[in-house]
Amino acid sequence: METIAIKKLAEVEVNAEGYLKNMSDWSPELAQEIASKENILLTDKHFEVLNWLRTKQAEGVPLSIRKIGNSGLVDIKQFYALFPGGPLKISSKIAGIPKPASCI
Amino acid sequence: MQDVLERPVTQVAEVPVINKDKGKLKKVLIICSKGKLEDVYAALVMANGALMEGLEAKMFFTFFGLEAITKKHADHLHTATVGNPAFMPGMPTMVAGLPGFEAFASYMMQKEMDKLDMPHVTEFIQMIEAGGGEIYACKLAAEMFHLKKEDLLDEVKGIITVGDMYALAEGEGTQIIFI
Repeated sequence: METIAIKKLAEVEVNAEGYLKNMSDWSPELAQEIASKENILLTDKHFEVLNWLRTKQAEGVPLSIRKIGNSGLVDIKQFYALFPGGPLKISSKIAGIPKPASCI
Repeated sequence: MQDVLERPVTQVAEVPVINKDKGKLKKVLIICSKGKLEDVYAALVMANGALMEGLEAKMFFTFFGLEAITKKHADHLHTATVGNPAFMPGMPTMVAGLPGFEAFASYMMQKEMDKLDMPHVTEFIQMIEAGGGEIYACKLAAEMFHLKKEDLLDEVKGIITVGDMYALAEGEGTQIIFI
């Protein structure tokens, strides 16, 4: 069986604000490592949102709180509860995608 | 270089924000005293934006701003076409004042905002409440316009006095924004 080396946070390139420079460096293990810095313990629900964010990012869809509220995965209240203290930015960081450029 | 110039600024920039004073912004109190579409949206965008940054946000609607949180008119706000020189510069005031012109202009503006995925006022207020923001109405203005709690959107937490409003702003790192 071929094993793919899972990169640790110290081994990947991040920008000054801690966002991954390459989406492809991401792994669920890496996500938990980033999340720990934000004092978040990732659950299945978190990963559902993270995967959704990564899919939308790959499709080139600009992300906003409203879109996540309409995603059918979580409502806005739950989203704030999952990623407290700036949900869109924090979830994007954990999802390994760039900092969102959304005002809404 | 070419590549950089072609992209919109917001996507290129990781603009460093440098503050000399390291005191942190923790809370905003946004007072909305106007009922024009653009003024109300300015207030809503800033309140929602604060929550998105992990800040606390309180909103206080007073005078014509109250219109934005009434069940009846929240989603039917207008922009002013008369007395607004930045609106279609060169448009003669008399034309801009023709019956139906303001309604048409407001409709067009709302359509442009829909394209940007901007929610309508009631949905925006729901988003702000869901994000932990609090929305209040001014007691004096509510009395003046004969508005009761039941006339206002369900998300409105209460009708409060100016003193109570200042109490909302208590605490270090609060800024009051008046629109």
